[in-house]
Parts: sequence; C-alpha cells; structure tokens
Amino acid sequence: MNGTTKTLERPPATAGPRGPRAPGRETTFDRSSGDGPGANTAAANPARVGVWLFVIAVTILFAAFTNAYLSRRAAADWQVGPLLPILWVNTVVLVLSSLALEYARAHGSREDAAGARLGLGAATALGTAFLIGQVVAWRALAAAGIFMASSPHSAYFYLLTGMHGLHLTGGVGGLFYALWKVHREPAAAQVVLGPTAIYWHFVDVLWLYLFFILFWQ
Amino acid sequence: MAVTHEHAHAEHHLSFVQKYIFSQDHKIIGIQYLMTSMAMAVTGGILAMLIRMQLGWPGTKWGLAAFLFPGGFQGGQMKPDFYLSVVTMHGTIMVFFVLTTALSGGFGNFLIPLQIGSRDMAFPWLNMMSYWLYPPAIVVLLAAFLVSGGAPNSGWTAYVPLSALKEASPGSGLGQTLWLISLALLIVAFLFGSLNYITTILNMRARGLSMGRLPLTIWSLFVTAILMLLSFPVLFAAVIMLLFDRLAGTSFFVPSGIVIGGQLLSHTGGNPLLWQHMFWFLGHPEVYVLILPPMGMVSDILATHARKPIFGYRFMVGAICAIALLSFLVWGHHMYTSGMHPLVGMAFMTTTLAIAVPSAVKTFNWLATLWRSRIRFAPAMLFALGFVSLFVTGGLTGIFLGSPPIDIYMQDTFFVVAHFHFVMASAAIFGVFAGTYHWFPKMFGRMMNERLGRIHFWLTFIGIYATFFPMHFAGIQGMMRRIYSPQLYAHLKGLAELNAFVSLAAFALGLAQLIFLVNLFWSMFRGPRAERNPWEATTLEWQADSPPPHGNWGAHLPEVHRWAYDYSLPDAKDDYVPQTVPTAQVPAHRGTDGGGGG
Repeated sequence: MNGTTKTLERPPATAGPRGPRAPGRETTFDRSSGDGPGANTAAANPARVGVWLFVIAVTILFAAFTNAYLSRRAAADWQVGPLLPILWVNTVVLVLSSLALEYARAHGSREDAAGARLGLGAATALGTAFLIGQVVAWRALAAAGIFMASSPHSAYFYLLTGMHGLHLTGGVGGLFYALWKVHREPAAAQVVLGPTAIYWHFVDVLWLYLFFILFWQ
Repeated sequence: MAVTHEHAHAEHHLSFVQKYIFSQDHKIIGIQYLMTSMAMAVTGGILAMLIRMQLGWPGTKWGLAAFLFPGGFQGGQMKPDFYLSVVTMHGTIMVFFVLTTALSGGFGNFLIPLQIGSRDMAFPWLNMMSYWLYPPAIVVLLAAFLVSGGAPNSGWTAYVPLSALKEASPGSGLGQTLWLISLALLIVAFLFGSLNYITTILNMRARGLSMGRLPLTIWSLFVTAILMLLSFPVLFAAVIMLLFDRLAGTSFFVPSGIVIGGQLLSHTGGNPLLWQHMFWFLGHPEVYVLILPPMGMVSDILATHARKPIFGYRFMVGAICAIALLSFLVWGHHMYTSGMHPLVGMAFMTTTLAIAVPSAVKTFNWLATLWRSRIRFAPAMLFALGFVSLFVTGGLTGIFLGSPPIDIYMQDTFFVVAHFHFVMASAAIFGVFAGTYHWFPKMFGRMMNERLGRIHFWLTFIGIYATFFPMHFAGIQGMMRRIYSPQLYAHLKGLAELNAFVSLAAFALGLAQLIFLVNLFWSMFRGPRAERNPWEATTLEWQADSPPPHGNWGAHLPEVHRWAYDYSLPDAKDDYVPQTVPTAQVPAHRGTDGGGGG
C-alpha cells in the first residue's frame, strides 16, 4: 500500500443504507436538487432516471420511423387505408388505463393500499385489453386482404402499430410487476408505481400520436 | 453498515458462475467485454490480412488460406464475392464488435463506478444483460459465413438495394439477414449499457464529486453514452425496416423498376437514400462513440505520466460536448455524391469543418499539458502520445474530405480508407492499448512488462504509418475502396509495388500484436504484483485495492475534496495529491477546481 494515500472516511452515522445519498445531510457541492431533507425519494430513485432515458431512446426510435413515414406520405401514390372502428375503442381503452393508473397512484400516496390495488388492477386489465384489441384490428385487416406488402400505408400501419405493441407489452409487464409488488409490500408501492407510470403514460401518448399521424389527412 | 455487510456477505455465496460468468459486478463485466472484444479483434484482424493478401498479390493461389476457408477460394484463388464478404465483416466487426464494445463496454464498465467512487452500476442486472446480448450477436454474425451464399457483400454500411434484395449478390441472402439481426441484438446491448452509464454517473457519484470535478475519462464516457442513446435507435429503426423489406415484401427502401437477371421485381416506391440518411444519422455519431472515450482516457493518461494538471479542463469538457452536438449535424458529408443539392452540401461542409475547432482545442490542450513536463515514458504514455499523432494525421485528411469539391473526386477511394483508418480505427485502438497498459494493474493486480510494451508500441506505431499512409497515394491515383483486384484497371497497374508494400507492412503490424497478447496473458498470471497506485495518479480508482474487491471500497465510500488533476502542486510534499485528500491538508490548485466549490 502506498504510504501517501489518504482515504477520508465519512463518519458512519451519516452514511445511510443507500450509500452516499442519505437524506438530510448537508452538502454544497452535489446536484442542486435531491439533497434537501426528505427530498431524496423521488430524485434519487435511479429507476426514474433510467425510465426517462429509456423513454428518450424510444422517442428517437419513433422519430426515425416518423421521418421515414412523412417523407413517404408526401409521394403522389400515397393512399390512406381503412380506419377500423375498433381502433377508436382501443384508444379509449388505453386512455382509461392511464387514468386508472393515476387513480392507483393517488390512492397509493395516501397509503390506501386497497385503492392502489384496484386502480392498478384496472390499468393492467385495460392495457391487456388494448393489446388484444390491436391484434383483433390486425386480423380484421388481414381478413380484408390488407397485408404488410399491400400498400405503403399498410406497411407503415403494421410497422408502427407492431413496434408500439411491442413497447406496450413491456409496459404491461411493468404493470404486472407493480401489481405483484403492491401485493407483496404495499409500502414500496410508490417507488415502483412512479417509474411504471412514466413509461405507461408515454406509450399511451405515443399511441395517440401514431393514431393521429397514421390517419390524419 | 448495512450495505457493506450485505456485499461482504453476498460474496461468500456467489458460485463460480455468478462470480465470473453471469456476473453482475461491473469490473467482471468490463473485463468480459474487453476479452470478448479482443477475440473479435483477432477475428477482424485475420480478415484484414485476407484483404491485404488479395490486394497485394491479386490472382495468386494461396494453399493454406484456401484450406482454411474452403468456401471462399476457388482453385486456390480468392473468389470476388468472398472478398466482399471479408471486407464487409472486417468493417462491421472492427467498428461495432471491437471498438464500441471495448471502449464503451469494456472501459466504460470497469472505470465508471471506480472513478466516481460508487460500489457498482445503477442497474447491475441490466448490465449483465447488456454483456450477455453480445456473445449471441457474435454467434449470429459469424454464422453468416457458414450459411448458403456466405456473409453479406454490402459493406459495413449495408447500402440498399444490395442489402435489401436476395437476388442482388450471393451474400445478400440469409447472410445479410443474419447481419441485420446481429446488429439489432447489439444495439439493444448498447442501449442497456448507455442507460446504465448515464444513470450511474448522474446518481451515484461519491460525496464531493461534482460534475465539474469528474476526470475527463468519465466526461467522455458520459457524453458517449448520451450519443449512443440518441443515435443507435435510428439505426435500430432502419434495421427493422430493412428486415421487413427483405422478409415481408415491403418497399421502405427498395425503389420501383429494379431488374435483376431479366426479372422485374415487385417492389415499388421505396427510397434507397432513406437508408443512407438513417444509417449515417447513426454512423457519424458512431465514429465519435469510438473516439470520445479514447480522448478522455488519453487526457487522463497524459496528465498522469506528464505529472501536470490537464491544460484547460473546462475547455476540454466543452470540446467533448461540442463535438458530440456537432456529430449529429454532419451525416450528410457521407452522401455528397448521392445527388445532394450543392447548398445542402455546403451546409454539411460548414458543420463538418466546424468540428475541427473543438478537435483542435483538444489537441492544443494535450500539447500544452505536455509542454515543459517531466514525461514518464510508460507504455500507456507512449500509446497516448501515439493517439495524438494518429488523430492529427487522420484529422487533417478529414478537412480535405469534408469539402464537397475534393470529396466528389476522392469518394470511395483508398484516400477515404486511409483517412478513417488513421482518425477512427488506429487512434481508437491506440486508446484501447493505452487504457489497457494504464489500467491493467487495477484490473488484475499485476504489472505488465514495460519493455515488451515499448517494443509493441514502436512496432505498432511504425506499422500503422507504413500500412495506412501509402493508401493516401493509392487513393489519389484513383484506386477504389472495396475493389477486388487493383490489376483490373489500366490506371491502377502502376500501384502493384505500393500495394505489396502495404500488405507486407500490414502483416508485420498484425504479427506485432502477438507481443501484446503474450505480454497480456503472461502478466495476468506471472506479472509482478501491483500496488494500489503504481502510476502515482490522483483519481479515485487508484485509492481502491488492486484489484478492487466486490463492492470496490471496503467499509467506507471515498469522499472527494478536489478535482482530478492536482499534479505537481507547489506546496505539496509529493508531486500528486489524490482526490480524497482534504484541502485542509493540502490546498487545492487555485482557480482550476472546475467550479467544484472546494
């Protein structure tokens, strides 16, 4: 060991079980937020940061698809395919699912575990219903003879709804995880519900956006 | 303390598989990334030797190579489509499977938690998943050599329609599909990695380690992770769309009216330029994904071995950010010959040449750091100095190629090959070597052999200039990139000696790397034991044991009191003051604290 190295150790009393970011310690040099007393629960939750970064990456992915889509639809041979009524039903179902998740979060923050469970269960069920509804829409289109290679619009329709469906499936997985977590340890519910809600509202808004650009003329 | 006990406790119960194979420890994952990248570098290097065999002596019969690659040779001669497969796979492997994985995956994983004073990454499980998507991606990629038609022929850029139509070339069959799937897997791995790096650096820095006190290695890895997060999804989108064009009959990229073998294809209305735009929107940030981490690592290595603070720390950070921002605005300079409007070309030229400014800021700051310093010529330092040389040499030709009037003449010639092999490939690999020599003691707790390291450096440095510098002249004389034989055209016949010389230099360069491999593996098991801080460096990782234990820091996390470059302070006893030394004991370097408020 090198004789000149000096490791200054923090008094054990200030080091919380979560490492260097124990709440309530005084500091002048770290980030401006998240260091005040009691402020660490939201800002220091790495899952939140991770989910936001993932949302950014998925946004870029769909921005790239949008870019390709908008340049294609400017061409003379562009024709919008049929707008199936079930897509409207799916849209309403997905928006209701987001509202149910907010209901769950509101009750969770008031430490009403039963209310949180109810909202979360409803959100999960509605999210799953949306996925099933999308599959129904695909089958209806296929039954009408519209496949991926049928027209430029159908190619983008299947591509965008398919990629959205995959990302939404991940969100449903997150909802099921949150459901399991709320069931097991209701106290930790908020920590899981927050990041899950960020992602779930994102895939919801993403659907509204895709629905709009696919059928807006 | 709960955390420590948990870690110490957990260590006892980790099986061999959990500890070394499916490990969630960032250090093991980093070393896994580095070792796998090295195996891929050997693979990519062998492919490079095959390319040079063909270009040096086209038409020659190669008994041994024909025996080793029976599908690629006919009557002892290399087949043209096999040559193109080799070129494609060499580029793909070196860019994505060696340099990106070694620098971001390897050094990123190993260094980030150690240099910011945390116990591990924010999401260790995701980190493990990131590594374990990499070997499957390799298997899928290399399987392309074994399927009917062989590996893809379309180059690492996979331009449409060659990459979209099965009928286009032998490698455009299943081989191209596997290439796309492999890349998709690797992109997901990179996404997991960059999510982790950004979150870790934002959330888990040691007490006192403000962003303004971070070592430049961390700054560069941080900005690189942001680049990857913002650029790879675009390639992912393009890969998905190209897969649908190939497998589902869509026409995202394939235009109407393509006739192959007398058959009119059914695709209509796609745009092949769309692929180029999407590819290069990733492709250009990608070259900065390869060069920013070496820039950061080299900054730290230069300061350490020159025993001087890095010159212009804030400008270095600013230059990293400026390069990253500009890298998103320059993709069009890869497409000057695609029929682009001259005004658009001029706009891309302006942004491209603007990158020279932050690049020059970095170069002059490196030189100013070295100015009147007492340099310790350790192998890591030699490779860091070599990096600066190669970056400047390659960067200068970038100024030529960034201008449309010159680029339209030089496009797709060996001048371009020479340019990017200096600025991106060689410079980045010098960053990998410098980093390996520098951090090897921390990784394995042993020292590498310095004499072998110096021999390795000089052979590599001379070998690289001998290999790639003459390529400029071949390019100016019009020798095309990816050409199967320079003897096919009358105007290239005079280049036979030059090509033979380049090939011999390349073989010598390849053989010199064996010295590195021997040194690496011998030192890993037989090298002299390393102390904590063999280079007398200031950054946090040198305050941990060599190698650091699981959890890195024992019972207590380090606390930071100064920036990362307190070398040769006038009032200090030693010529370096670690970041953990309180300012009460040794005052910090005035005015250069990076705004840390210490």
